[in-house]
Amino acid sequence: MTAVEAPEADEEVLEVTPEFEAAAERQERRRGFLLALPEFGYLTLFFAVPLVIVVVYSFATRNRFGGTDLSGWNVDSYVKLAEPLVREIFFRSVWLAALTTVICLVIGYPFAYYLATRSLRVRNVMLVFVMIPFWTNFLVRNYAWRVILGNDGPLTKTTEFVGLGEHEYLFTQTAVVLGLVYGFLPFMILPLYAAIERIDRRLLEASRDLYANGFQSFRHVLLPLSMPGVIAGSILCFIPSLGAYVTPEILGGAKTTLLGSYIVTQFLTARNWPFGAAMSFVLMAIMLAATVVYFRKGGRTL
Amino acid sequence: MSKQTSAVEPHGWTKFFLHTNGWLVYFFFYAPILLLVVFSFSDSRNVGTWGGWTLEWYAEFAESRNARSALSTSLQIALVSTVVSVVLGTMSALALERFEFRGKQVFDALLYLPIIIPDVTMAVMLLLFFSQFFELLGTVFGIELAKGVGSITLSHIAFSISFVSVVVRARLAGMDSKMEEAALDLYATRWQAFRYVTMPQILPGIAGGGLLAMTLSLDDVVITQFVTGPGGTTLPVYVFGLIRKGVTPLINAISVVMLVASMLLVVLSLLLERSRSGSGTA
Repeated sequence: MTAVEAPEADEEVLEVTPEFEAAAERQERRRGFLLALPEFGYLTLFFAVPLVIVVVYSFATRNRFGGTDLSGWNVDSYVKLAEPLVREIFFRSVWLAALTTVICLVIGYPFAYYLATRSLRVRNVMLVFVMIPFWTNFLVRNYAWRVILGNDGPLTKTTEFVGLGEHEYLFTQTAVVLGLVYGFLPFMILPLYAAIERIDRRLLEASRDLYANGFQSFRHVLLPLSMPGVIAGSILCFIPSLGAYVTPEILGGAKTTLLGSYIVTQFLTARNWPFGAAMSFVLMAIMLAATVVYFRKGGRTL
Repeated sequence: MSKQTSAVEPHGWTKFFLHTNGWLVYFFFYAPILLLVVFSFSDSRNVGTWGGWTLEWYAEFAESRNARSALSTSLQIALVSTVVSVVLGTMSALALERFEFRGKQVFDALLYLPIIIPDVTMAVMLLLFFSQFFELLGTVFGIELAKGVGSITLSHIAFSISFVSVVVRARLAGMDSKMEEAALDLYATRWQAFRYVTMPQILPGIAGGGLLAMTLSLDDVVITQFVTGPGGTTLPVYVFGLIRKGVTPLINAISVVMLVASMLLVVLSLLLERSRSGSGTA
């Protein structure tokens, strides 16, 4: 906080000259810079530098002992991305992340619309109950499903009792998608709500006055106007689903390895750091591309 | 609001669908959590089976040395990382909202990156950074350092600092800067103007940002797992390790404790937000 405490040097100067104004402005600029400097420095050291290191590592070579040789640049790790196993994991991740996003959108859109059309008091209460799961411990929320879907858990017992027969839920792709939807649905609802809430309801009324039916009014008025929310929500669901690690680890099995868990494996067990670095870099590039698309489309809030 | 025409107000099947969907979403959100709470009191070795009431698993948590030490490690890390991120985050929020300076755009972009990047990627970045950094210290200066509580704390600050900045900045943006200008005109120093005019008004934002930072720190598994070392087991990492070995009722109990803690933090920050909007209209 010392930066704001800088002594007032301008007290002796009485005449306001252009030079004085320029000096004052310079001082203001320096103050602003000094205030931002600690965090700027911190993020440079613990974010920007690590980012560069990841890129450097992705071109390095894994040696026979599982270590990494930084000499000898090559693109082997990127070539390895085209291997069938990696491709399979990549497409599976994209497919499951897309499925999660679509399910969240289908459930979340009507919900966000419902939320946005309630009276202010009801809406505030409803929002609080969406915010709570939004910020509640992610690991624990996934673990809850592990308990429910377990072999002698409540869901299996219920389906057996009702007579639907025995089912294995745990360690399947269904379980992973369920966990992801459970985890990221609030990420879809909140931006959708923010977008729909802003829309002037009179536009919908006008469309109905002009003989649009309910669906036409939705398709040609509500949906286009709420598009920034749809895109923001989809990005916020898709990106973390693609990089998910905790959910497939807890609810998935051997056949549900996703990109996130595969990257972790490269570092913690397979010890192929350059390959892991290359994959993280690709994941990051996809994320950046998605964000750029979002901002190009005129979205402002994430 | 009451003057809305009936044409837009959903009716018939649409209305029924919207209502049902609303209730189902809340059921979906809360039923698993409630079931977990119920099963944490169940006197059965199987995690998902009911066997009468018991507090046995909570007692086991209280007696487990590993769980207790993981809890205290978590709390220490959360506390330190929250304090540091709040101080640095508030400073940079002030700089971005109230000052013009060179490099502002670059800083602005850098600030948002940790928020949108997937946590696996950030975990990889920090793992490579720390191993490279410690190797450098070892070979050049002969200092032997290892990953542990220190590297976890530094990493937690790195991912929560941006959230604090964004929250405090939003609060600053909604505040009239004329008050500060008036204070400065009345011969307050910059520090006095901040201390007596700006800070009281942005305090809900600072507190909200702090609670957010604490929640993020207490929740994190992936990044912590990558930068951890001897003595650096946090509660989520400990629980995650237990889950992978096989589920036990002990995990139910610890989970419920974590759940209650994080819910308390959320409710607290929502209450702060309410007081914020309340003071805004006054």
